[in-house]
Formats: sequence, C-alpha cells, structure tokens
Amino acid sequence: MSARTVLSSEDIDRAVTRIAHEILEANTAVQKSALRKSGTKNLVILGIPTRGVLLAERIAAVIAKAEPEADISNILGRLDITMYRDDLASNPTRTVTETQIPKQGIDDKVVVLVDDVLFSGRTIRAALDALGEYGRPRAVKLAVLVDRGHRELPIRADFVGKNLPTAREERINVNLSETDSQNAVVIES
Amino acid sequence: MKNLLSAADLTRDAAIEILDIAEEMAGVNHRDIKKLPTLRGKTVVNLFFEDSTRTRISFELAEKRLSADVINFTAKGSSVSKGESLKDTAQTLEAMGADAVVIRHSASGAAYKLAHSGWINGSIINAGDGTHEHPTQALLDAFTMRKRIHGDASVGKGLDGVKVAIVGDILHSRVARSNLILLNTLGAQVHFVAPPTLLPANPSRWNAKLHYSLDNAIDSEDLDVVMMLRIQTERMNASYFPSEREYSRIWGFNAQRLGRLKNSAIVMHPGPMNRGLEIDAISADSPQSTVLEQVTNGVSVRMAVLYALLSGERNTNAN
Repeated sequence: MSARTVLSSEDIDRAVTRIAHEILEANTAVQKSALRKSGTKNLVILGIPTRGVLLAERIAAVIAKAEPEADISNILGRLDITMYRDDLASNPTRTVTETQIPKQGIDDKVVVLVDDVLFSGRTIRAALDALGEYGRPRAVKLAVLVDRGHRELPIRADFVGKNLPTAREERINVNLSETDSQNAVVIES
Repeated sequence: MKNLLSAADLTRDAAIEILDIAEEMAGVNHRDIKKLPTLRGKTVVNLFFEDSTRTRISFELAEKRLSADVINFTAKGSSVSKGESLKDTAQTLEAMGADAVVIRHSASGAAYKLAHSGWINGSIINAGDGTHEHPTQALLDAFTMRKRIHGDASVGKGLDGVKVAIVGDILHSRVARSNLILLNTLGAQVHFVAPPTLLPANPSRWNAKLHYSLDNAIDSEDLDVVMMLRIQTERMNASYFPSEREYSRIWGFNAQRLGRLKNSAIVMHPGPMNRGLEIDAISADSPQSTVLEQVTNGVSVRMAVLYALLSGERNTNAN
C-alpha cells in the first residue's frame, strides 16, 4: 500500500480561504437591492460530521475575518445525517452526533453544506433529506474540500477545493489538525 | 448487540452511548417534524401479555417516530386467550417476518426464553418480565437523573457518586432490579429502603445499602434522588404490611419528607402512581418530581434502544 500527499497544509488553507470568499461572492450576487449588500445575509453554513464540521468552522473563521460585523454563531451549525443514511443495514451501528441549527433557522435561507470528500453523493443525499425536516431553505449549496468523482447520484458540488481524479479502490484520507496529527490530504492505493 | 434482556447486558460505554443517542432523539422529539426514516421497512411487534399504558404507548411512539411498521399484540383479544402457547405465538410472529419483538410478560425470564429458544430470529427487547427486569425503564430513569444533574452538558457523562434511594416494594419490583444494575454500572450509589417483608430473602449479594426506615435514610444520607416504587397489589399474595394507612404513614413519600431533602434532590416514580399510598399529591406534583419527564424521556430512550439494536449490519445476515 502506498500513500501520497496530494494537498499540503498550505494547500488546504488556500482552498478553505478560496471557498469562503466564493461563498460570500455568490451570496452577494443573488441579492437584488444595491444598498447594504452583505455576503452573510440569509446565509447558513452547516458542516457534516466529522471533518465537514471542522472545515465549516475554518470557513466560518475566514468569513468572520472578511466580514467582522457578521454574527458567526448565527451562521455556523452542524447537521448529523446518520439516521438518514441508506446503508445503515449494511454497516455496524454508527454513533449519532449532535445537530445544531443556527437560531435564525433555515427557512428561506441559503444553506451551504460542507463536507470533506465528495464521492458517491450518498452522504449529501442523506443530508438533503435531513435538512428537509428542519425547514425549507431557499437554496442548498455544497462545498467540499475534495471531489474525487465516482458519483452514484445526480449531485454536484458548487464550491470545490480540489478536483482529484481517483480510482474507485483508492482511499482518500483527509487529516485535519483538530482531530489528526497533521493537515494533509493523503491518497492511499 | 442483538437483544436487550437485562440491564446487565450493557457495559458502561454501551449504556452511556444509548443515553447519548437518546439526547439526539430528544432533539427530534422537539422539532416540528417528529420523524426519522431510520427503521423504514422494519417490522416491530409489541407483544404485551400484561397490562401497560406508559411502556406500550412509549414503545409504539418510538417505533413510529423511527418509521418502523408497528404491530400491537395484547393477550386479551388474541389467540392467547384461546390457550395458544408463547412458543406458538412466537413462531407465528417469526413466520410473518418480525424484525424485533418488544415483550412484556408476567413470567420472569419470558424475554430470555424468547431470545434463546430459537423460535424467533429478530431482536428481543424486554419491556418487563414478571418480577425480574425492566431495562428500558432503568435507562430512562438514568437519562432523567443525568439530565436533571448535568443539564445540557449531559453527553458522555455517567452518574458517578449520585446517591439514589429506591423506596418501597423492592421484592416485586423489576424496576428496582434493573435500576440497581444500571446505576451500579454508571457509578451511582444505590440505597434500598423498605420494610423487611418487602425485601428479597437474601439481599446480601446486591450491591446496595439497605435501610429499614425511610426517615433514617432521609436524615442520614445526603440523597440526590428518591425513587418511589408502586405497591404491586396484583403480585401480592400475602399480607406484607398491616394496613395501607400504616404503610403510607411510615413508608409513603409526602410533603413533609420532601421538605427534608435538599433543594436539588429529585423525586421519581415509574408510574402508575397510587396517590395517597406510596406518594402524596403534593410531592408527586412538585417541581422536584420528575414523573412526567420520565414519560417524555421514555420515548427518546426507547428510540435510542431501537436504533442501537436494529440499525446495524447484523440484520442482513440473519437466517
């Protein structure tokens, strides 16, 4: 088994910063009024456990720096999708973690889901189902650090850190310093 | 884990994990759409040979909120009243493809028999067997205590050092047995308070401190929880105490005894309450009473148990 680092710590930081600014830009562009446009207006960012939550926190930190007047606690949340997975019956029982929806809710908001790797698309399918139980967003967008292809459902990401062509058997490990020893995206084959 | 037959089936980690999952299930029970798709396509049979209000409704609600298909079976109005045996009933359910059976029975060990006889392949959940055990009640009691003590910071915590007095009909109580085991697992200290006639013949193997006077227990121990048990007249085949009035005076919980507990202490009762016998109305309805919280938490805890038993991969290679 060989391991190869495809994103370094600096690459990850750059990707996160770029995604954060793209989110703000896209969210400003949809606002009609020319006065008081704000990249964080009606914006909700939800991380999908485990590493999507960490990436969402990092994206929120960049946004906080770019728009100091924004109330990040009312933008950032997390969405546990365990109960909505379609593969519960074929895996060992998974631990359920907490879901936190910002207090502004998600009705009529632009919700950006954040995950580390986009692969089959099934996690995102589950996330869309889970989201529907909390309200009706105006739009749902998807931000991922790595898009490795091999989709099994008609789902695509709006904000991508890096497109990474892979073979199906390869493993992509996203290491983030909050839970792992280093910041790196490693491909194992 | 396939079955939940006894509180002893749960290690400390497994018990805390179920309580933590129950915290998330409680979140579901507070939102507008109280439904998860998790057990879609699974069939759960509630097999109740003994009367029940809380437990049966609570299990049914938990199953429905997880989208399972629910069948309610009560002994009255079924072929059991024509004399059908437990074995034949179980095999009938197996033939119909039940993924899980929630059983309440007046015979101790009925759930164990069902799980280990080979009559049925699904998961078995013990919802009370005779005077033996009632593990989901112990879990919901532990959940209620943890929530009152730790509040929103409950996740991941046990009940270390919590002093719990279980008072009343210990002899006939499956709730007391399951609570003793689970509370010990979670690190709590258990005190049994009862007249000698309502304690088992040889309680020396039980890891609990015994008291023969409720007043002494209240005054000598710094209790965090007082759990009153129901006097189970339907199981009493001898006179265990001289009269109900005397029992109520010496062993019943009342406002005066409530006043001698510390303010943060809670009063629990698994229900149904005999108001005026083991507990009076003032303490049953006081803010320190958790009787209704226990019912609310029962749904979340049972959802967590169903999730833990039914969502894993085991079901694909059953048969």
